[in-house]
Amino acid sequence: MTMPPTTAVPARPMTPVPASHAAGEPGQVLLDITGLNAYFGAAHVVRNVSLAFREREVTAIIGPSGCGKSTLLRCLNRMHETVPLARATGRIVFAGQDLYAPEVNPIEVRRHIGMVFQRPTPFPTLSIRDNVAAGLRVLKRGQRPNRAEVDRIVETALRNTALWDEVKDRLHTSAVALSGGQQQRLCIARALANSPRVLLLDEPTASLDPLSTQKVEELVYDLRQRFTVVIVTHNMQQAARVSDRTAFMLDGELVEVAPTHKLFTTPSDPRTEAYVTGRFG
Amino acid sequence: MLRRKIANVVMLGLMWLAAGVVLLPLVLILWRLVSQGASALNWDFFTKMPAPPGGTGGGMANAIVGTLYLLAIASVVGLPVGIGAGIFLAEHRGARLANAVRFLSDVLNGLPSIVVGIFAWQILVRPMHHFSALAGGIALGSMMIPLTARTTEEMIRTVPNSLREAALALGYPNWRTSLSIVARTALPGIVTGALVALARVAGETAPLLFTALGNNFWSVQATQPIDALPLRLYLYATSPYDDWNRQAWAGALVLIGLVLVISLLARHVTRAKFGKAVD
Amino acid sequence: MNVEDLPLEASEGPEDVTTPRAAPHMAGAAVGDRVYRWLTTIAALVIPALLAYVGIEIFVAGWPAFQRAGFSFFTSSRWDPVASVFGAAPAIYGTLVSSAIALVIATPLAVGTAIFLSELAPRWLRQPVSFLVDLLAAIPSVVYGLWGIFVLAPMMRGTIAPFVKHTLHLGGLPIFSGPVYGPGMLTAGIILSIMILPYISAVTREVLLAVPRSQREAALALGATRWEVIRDAVIPGARSGIVGGIVLGLGRALGETMAVTMVIGNTPKISTSLFATGYTMASIIANEFSEAVSNAHLSALMAVGASLLAITFLVNVIARWLIARVGARV
Repeated sequence: MTMPPTTAVPARPMTPVPASHAAGEPGQVLLDITGLNAYFGAAHVVRNVSLAFREREVTAIIGPSGCGKSTLLRCLNRMHETVPLARATGRIVFAGQDLYAPEVNPIEVRRHIGMVFQRPTPFPTLSIRDNVAAGLRVLKRGQRPNRAEVDRIVETALRNTALWDEVKDRLHTSAVALSGGQQQRLCIARALANSPRVLLLDEPTASLDPLSTQKVEELVYDLRQRFTVVIVTHNMQQAARVSDRTAFMLDGELVEVAPTHKLFTTPSDPRTEAYVTGRFG
Repeated sequence: MLRRKIANVVMLGLMWLAAGVVLLPLVLILWRLVSQGASALNWDFFTKMPAPPGGTGGGMANAIVGTLYLLAIASVVGLPVGIGAGIFLAEHRGARLANAVRFLSDVLNGLPSIVVGIFAWQILVRPMHHFSALAGGIALGSMMIPLTARTTEEMIRTVPNSLREAALALGYPNWRTSLSIVARTALPGIVTGALVALARVAGETAPLLFTALGNNFWSVQATQPIDALPLRLYLYATSPYDDWNRQAWAGALVLIGLVLVISLLARHVTRAKFGKAVD
Repeated sequence: MNVEDLPLEASEGPEDVTTPRAAPHMAGAAVGDRVYRWLTTIAALVIPALLAYVGIEIFVAGWPAFQRAGFSFFTSSRWDPVASVFGAAPAIYGTLVSSAIALVIATPLAVGTAIFLSELAPRWLRQPVSFLVDLLAAIPSVVYGLWGIFVLAPMMRGTIAPFVKHTLHLGGLPIFSGPVYGPGMLTAGIILSIMILPYISAVTREVLLAVPRSQREAALALGATRWEVIRDAVIPGARSGIVGGIVLGLGRALGETMAVTMVIGNTPKISTSLFATGYTMASIIANEFSEAVSNAHLSALMAVGASLLAITFLVNVIARWLIARVGARV
């Protein structure tokens, strides 16, 4: 059983074993999904999925188109229900609290669990600085940081996404003038500025060129030191490059989850094997 | 085959002719407007009050100001409702209520303006026992509502869903997403739509006939009758006095100028801001 | 199913019953959402409310006149405010005839122009010409009236009528008989046609453009001439919409007030001649409302308004329905 052939993106080592992270080994379970079912009207898109995500760990979710991986991701920050006729049942425990409990405010959830989407979506009427600080604007009056603190948060976030040097001289210009790759890193910085504990990435490099893709992948790899990251991707090589663990989904079910190296080299389930060897998908 | 070819040439020629014929009255009217109106335009026209019937000189200062005042009242009445309704229609697309409202909005748009005028008279002038700028402004404002709602809805629909989702994912409540992010992004288009509606009602006379009434004197009070360009135009055009007839042309030129300025403003707003928008 | 393609609705509709929601007592944002939803809903509901309000007020105000005259309100041609006898037939007749004239003149020109713009015009000509045609709609009604009084009416009296009567020898026909003052039914009809032309043209243009390219290409591939392509491949698909545009133009013509009032002569009688003066429903109101001699007079004018409202409502509904059938967004 061999690894699928790779694309010509340079630099990342092929072995998916992550470099040592002295700052953080994967920690305790932070986000625990039990029996999650998600529907669009009558369509049963996520079937009884149970999965746990630990601190300081990057988990990739792979699978063919339509397998429910994006829907699963969107359930984690309660974005799924923003679509008409969409609903979800089950338990998702985050830091001891069930996110789907009736008294839980989804807006609060989304401040602790951030998300970056497939297409970069900078807010066109805001400057670069204001884009990054956008999430801070909607905090309640007592919790909102003052101008100096916001500047500090913005700088930190931009440094963390390796954008600071590129934009520090034009923080007040339009965010739309940036390139696609820069915009996506901006969106990540914007998500990070909220200080979430979990970062959800829904095919973040799908619309980027190879060079920008590489930069974002390096970023994701570095983020593991402080965050829990869940990345949905249809690119198996990407999953192999950036994640510690990989989950494979098919037709709404969680087929297998294992350390990335193991999933790609010696998968337990024949369906996983078929997928990672490129026999379908 | 030859018959078909001849038919082809003839019919296509007729289409070209149609287009030419259509443009003819436009050219004629504008030409007349400019040639007759410009000669009667002078500084007095913009600064003086109307002369008594049969007298010469004087101007339409009060009418010009009156039109602007009425447009201001109309905006206050019509724009919030129109924009709010447009936002509603954009956010509830497909819902039965929204479809009904959209349909009825088109119907409201097609109501004869004289009907709007006598309606405003019935509910405002009659009980108050006098004519007022307020009644005129409300009549005009009501006419702005359907047009503004339509353009607002369309502009908001141009904002991609992904922007809304990005805001929600950051922890924005629904209402802030709709206002601070979506409506803010669509703002240039919404402003354009408002200006277009304004341009349309600026030239309306019928709704003002029995509400604002017109006024030979200076008046910018909401509860008093007020003069307006279209009203004065109507009065002067239908009068037997030569000087008044002459001034009517000048007034028409100014009125068209006003409509043109507002329309150009609308176009400029779109071009200036939309260049930076991402989609 | 791609999530990006699903419509995003910010509201909770009745369809959406089982989605878990934050408890309503959550302060802050939930309140904001509720206020926001209420405000936009109220704004939207103003529209049907306004429509109903207009209808009710005017019908109620006009009811006494309907009651007093009964059905003869629509059939009697005696409109005598002094004697408090109100038969609106002249006004109704005038509205119908002037609108009919306008449609007859405007339809071929508007449809022809629309075909020109959507199928025939070279690219560089398209924008300026359509802009100019749309400009016709931007000219205020009172300005058309002004032009009508001082240009068209004299032209009618001095040039057009003599041409028709003497040069074409049609003066013997009832519709071209009688004295010519300048203002009159035909003058009003011509002005109306210019005013409704841009509306018919705009709708027709939209529905023609909505016909898929493939239809035209298929016809061309079969050897059709340009005209045949238009006649057989483009127009049939757009027919419902074109008719809708024409009906829309009719709706506009029916309700047009100022320009008509200024050139129709404002006399409450029915004549067969197109050169004769007359009345329309809109112009009778514009002309007599301020000097209504009695409550009965006022009520009669309101009744005319109510009738006008009813007719234009119906016509607009039909027009919108026809256009919606073609699916074009106008």
